Order: sequence, then C-alpha cells, then structure tokens
Amino acid sequence: MRGRLIRRLFGSLMTGATYGAAALAILPLAVILGMLLVKGAGSLDWNFFTKSAVPFGESGGGFANAIVGTLIIVGLACAVGVPIGVGIGVFLAEFGGGQLGLAIRFVADVLNGVPSIVIGIFAWTWLVKPMGHFSALAGGVALGMILVPILARTTEEMVRLVPNSLREAALALGYQRWRTSLQVVVRTAAAGILTGCLVAVARVAGETAPLLFTALGNQFFSTRLQGPMAALPLQVYVYALGPYDEWHRQAWAGALVLIMLVLVLSLVARTVVRAKRQHA
Amino acid sequence: MTDVPATALEPLAPKPTAEERWRALRTVSRGDLIYRSVLTVLALLLPLLVVLIAVELVSNAMPAVHKFGFGFLAHSTWDPVRGQFGALPLIFGTLYSSLVALVIAVPLALGCAIFLTEFAPRWLRTPVATLIELLAAVPSVIYGLWGIFVLIPLLRDHFWPVARHVLGELPIFSGVFYGPSVLAAGVILAVMVLPYITAVSREVLLAVPPSQREAGLALGATRWETVTTVILPYGRAGIIGAVILGLGRALGETMAVTMVIGNRHEVSASLLQPGYTIAAAIANEFSEAVSDMHLAALFMVGAVLFLITIIVNTLARVLVWRVARGSAVGSTAI
Repeated sequence: MRGRLIRRLFGSLMTGATYGAAALAILPLAVILGMLLVKGAGSLDWNFFTKSAVPFGESGGGFANAIVGTLIIVGLACAVGVPIGVGIGVFLAEFGGGQLGLAIRFVADVLNGVPSIVIGIFAWTWLVKPMGHFSALAGGVALGMILVPILARTTEEMVRLVPNSLREAALALGYQRWRTSLQVVVRTAAAGILTGCLVAVARVAGETAPLLFTALGNQFFSTRLQGPMAALPLQVYVYALGPYDEWHRQAWAGALVLIMLVLVLSLVARTVVRAKRQHA
Repeated sequence: MTDVPATALEPLAPKPTAEERWRALRTVSRGDLIYRSVLTVLALLLPLLVVLIAVELVSNAMPAVHKFGFGFLAHSTWDPVRGQFGALPLIFGTLYSSLVALVIAVPLALGCAIFLTEFAPRWLRTPVATLIELLAAVPSVIYGLWGIFVLIPLLRDHFWPVARHVLGELPIFSGVFYGPSVLAAGVILAVMVLPYITAVSREVLLAVPPSQREAGLALGATRWETVTTVILPYGRAGIIGAVILGLGRALGETMAVTMVIGNRHEVSASLLQPGYTIAAAIANEFSEAVSDMHLAALFMVGAVLFLITIIVNTLARVLVWRVARGSAVGSTAI
C-alpha cells in the first residue's frame, strides 16, 4: 500500500495531465485558425470575390467561380438530401420503435462512417459514367447522399424532444395521426430540424473527395449543372498542390473563406441545439 | 306543430350503422397509412443505398478480380502502364497511418474525455467540449493545406533534428526524412479523429451511474483512482467502441492524407518514408485511369475499403450501443 501523500500527489499529477491533454487538443484549432487569418486575410480583396480563376502568369483572379460553384452544388445536395434525410428522421422518431427502426438506425450510423470517397465513386458509376461527362449535378447528388444519414439521426433526435403532451392534445382534439405528426410534432421541431440541416450542410460544404470525379472542378465561371463546376474545397486543393506562390496565397485565402462558412454555420447550429436541449 | 318534418332533422343526426362507423374509421386511417408507407419507403432507401454501393463496387471490380484473384491483395507492384496491380502497399499504408493516428490520438482523447467529465470546472466544460468538437468541423482539405505548409516543415526542420538523437536508432524511424511521410499523415489523422473519439468516450463516461463514482470515493480512492479503477472499467466497451469509430474515420480519410503522405506505392516500416493509402490512390488516379484494368483495380481497392469500414463501424456501433442503447452517440461530433 502506497502512502496517502504519494497517492494524492499522483492523482494531482494525472489530473494536471488531463488539463494538458485538453489544452493540447485545442491547440491545433487555434494554430489552424491563426495561420488561416495570418496567411489568408491579406489576400481577401474585392477581386477575390468577384473574379474567377485566371491562368498562371496573368495577375489578379479570384475564387468567384469556386464560391458560386460551392453554393450551387451544396444547394443541389440539399434539394436531394434534405427531404429524404428529414423523412427518414421522422420515420425513426415516429415509427422507429420496432426492429425495422433499430435496423434503419444502425444502417444510418454505419453509412455515416462510409468514407466520402466511396460515395464519390458510387455517384460516378450512376451519374457520370452513363451521362458520359462530369457534372455539377453528380457532385450535388454525391453530397446529398452524404447528407441523408446525418440528417436522419439529427432529425430523429429533434423530433423526439417534442413533449408528448402536445401530441396527446392534438389527438384529443380529433386530429388524425398523420396530421398530428406533420402539423404539430414536426412543426414544433422545425427549428431544431433546420439547425440539424445547418450542421450537416457545414459538413458537406467542406467535402472535397466526393467532388473529385463528379463535379471535377472548373477554371472558368460556370453555372451549368450538366457540366463540370468549380467548388471552394476543390480549388483550395488544386491551388495548394500547385507549384506557384501566387496559387498558395490564394489557397490560404480560399481556405479562410471556407472555414468561415463552415464555422459560422456549425457554431450557430450548435448554440441553438444546446439551448433547445436544455429547455427540453 | 306536432308534425315537425322529420326529414329536416334526420340528415343532421343520422344514426350510423355499425358498418358505416367501421367505414368512417377506415377512411380516417387511410391518411395515416399513406403517411406511414411513404416514410417507410424513404427509410428503406438507406439499406438499399448500402446494397447498391456494394453491388456497383464489386461489379466494376470484376475484371480485376478475374485477372488477379486474391493475389491482388498480396502483391506490391502497381504499374498502370504494364497493367500489373497489387494492392499490398495501399492496404498496408491505410492500416499503418491509421494505427499511428490512434497511438497519438487515443491517450489524448481519453485525457480530454476524462477532463471534461471528471475534473474540469463546470463553467469550462461546455466551451472546451465545443472547441474540441469544432476540430471535427474543419474541412479535410484545410488540414491538408496546413499539413503541407506548416506541419511538414515543422516536423522536418524542428522535430526531427532534435528527435533523431533519441529515436534515430529505432527501425520505424530509419532512413532520410524529406517531409511527406506516414508520420505526417499519422499526425494529421490524429488531430482529425481526436474530436470523434473524445465526443463518444465523453458520452460513454457520462453514462456511468453516479453511484459507481460515489462508491469508489467512499472506499477511500482518490478521484484519479476512481477514474482508473471504477469509471474506465465500467465504460470499457463503449470506449473501445469510440476508438474503433475513430479508426473507421482514419481509414477512410482522403484529402488531408493525399496531401501529406507522399503517395508512393511502397511498403516500408519506417514512419519517415512516404506511403500511400487506398483512399488517396482513388483520389489521385481515378479520374486519370489509363486503362479499364486500372479502373477495375481502383474499384477493387474501393470495395476493400468499403468492406473494412463497414466491419469497423458495425463493431464500433455494437460496442457503443451496449452502453448508450440506440442513442445517436457521437452525432454531436458531426
């Protein structure tokens, strides 16, 4: 048996170590944000947001094509993924008590862990190969497929937070079950579901791998869904690997814009969700 | 006055027969039936998607399966020009870089989870947890960018010149260090999986009943001893699940790894040498595949990756669900 003092000292030491672990875990976030601000902020000017990429050698140029491309592709992803994902979430919350619900929940979690590049290949076989060319549409569908399992789980959680008394009140007033579910329960959870969408969108907006062989990327400004389209993370990737300092400078600026987009979305969502959980 | 027209009242209050009431009940439930069917069909899309992905990967990989068979997994030549494909370096690199990531991330993540549930002052818990979760929100390509321009120079110019005096003799640190390497990939992956492992282990530790904790303290254990002898053993299954979940993330991570691992088809035990992973190979070669066989080979490694991540995630979910049954554990880390 060790002495009491030694045991307590060891305990304090290890407690201190957990403080250290937490500090060390947060350090990369601080360093990354700091570097992005230092290296990226200087290149953010009017041209960056209004001009498209230019061939190397010409001065100027910006990320306008990539920013618009990301907005379009993410918009497409929402059009595909949100109705299906939210629908599955409502199913899990309303009818997910049995074996089927358990199985679907399980598949959603497993699908959530499937690498996004595999989803990218799948979208390629279904949309790019039959159509014969890369397209923004395929990129949007690929991101949409990633949205679905995430949304299913967050929606389920949000719908479950709705107090049962609301449902009972609606049923007692003679509402049919489906109308109770849609117009009372889901509507009450709407704010929560929306924030779930924000979190999910924040995640897919930064996805690069599924776009590599679907949207492909595009040097020029394009809003054609049938053709290749630029996207913010894709352009950051290409510019970061490129050999020119000018490209690296713009890659940092693009990364800064991307992370702002993602962090603002997820921080807003997180605060709302946290507030809701505490109320429930 | 006595002969009130009966017809004026009758339509207002018809006496429904049993059959009519039954019909009325059935028409009410038709909406419910449609609602439920639509949602069920949507839900069934998920398993369908998994099956479709598997079918597409396997059927597109068939040419490579027929030509190379299982030897595909054991050979290490990858020569698209001569049509020779062996996936050993890719599989090895995928597992090796993920293992390095876990060795770095697991102690840190456990420390964070213990800190957040046991030791941190209450006011500090939410902000620290949020900051760690935000690590998971940083896009992978930004980690890659940071890896190329910050981490690799840091490792090459500051870490290794000092560390070589201590570690230089070990076989896993042999050879010349140029920068892009399994080590760099492992460090980046560690940062990327840390928030997942932390978030899930934290929820597992939170699920440990307070009575267990109190019993430990009442027996005279210090708070740290309570953690190691009571709380961690109680949540062991869930914590192992959390680690495996982190492994699943690391195995499939693409962009950041592609940017720092060096992308060379080679099996080397040295952490300082470049390597390659399945996901990175697909990212680099897929849209520029030189032949149908090349494409089939990429599909085959894709199928292998898919299979591995499905197994790993299934295992993780089973372990985590045992502790926190059916709840969306880890969903906060998304």
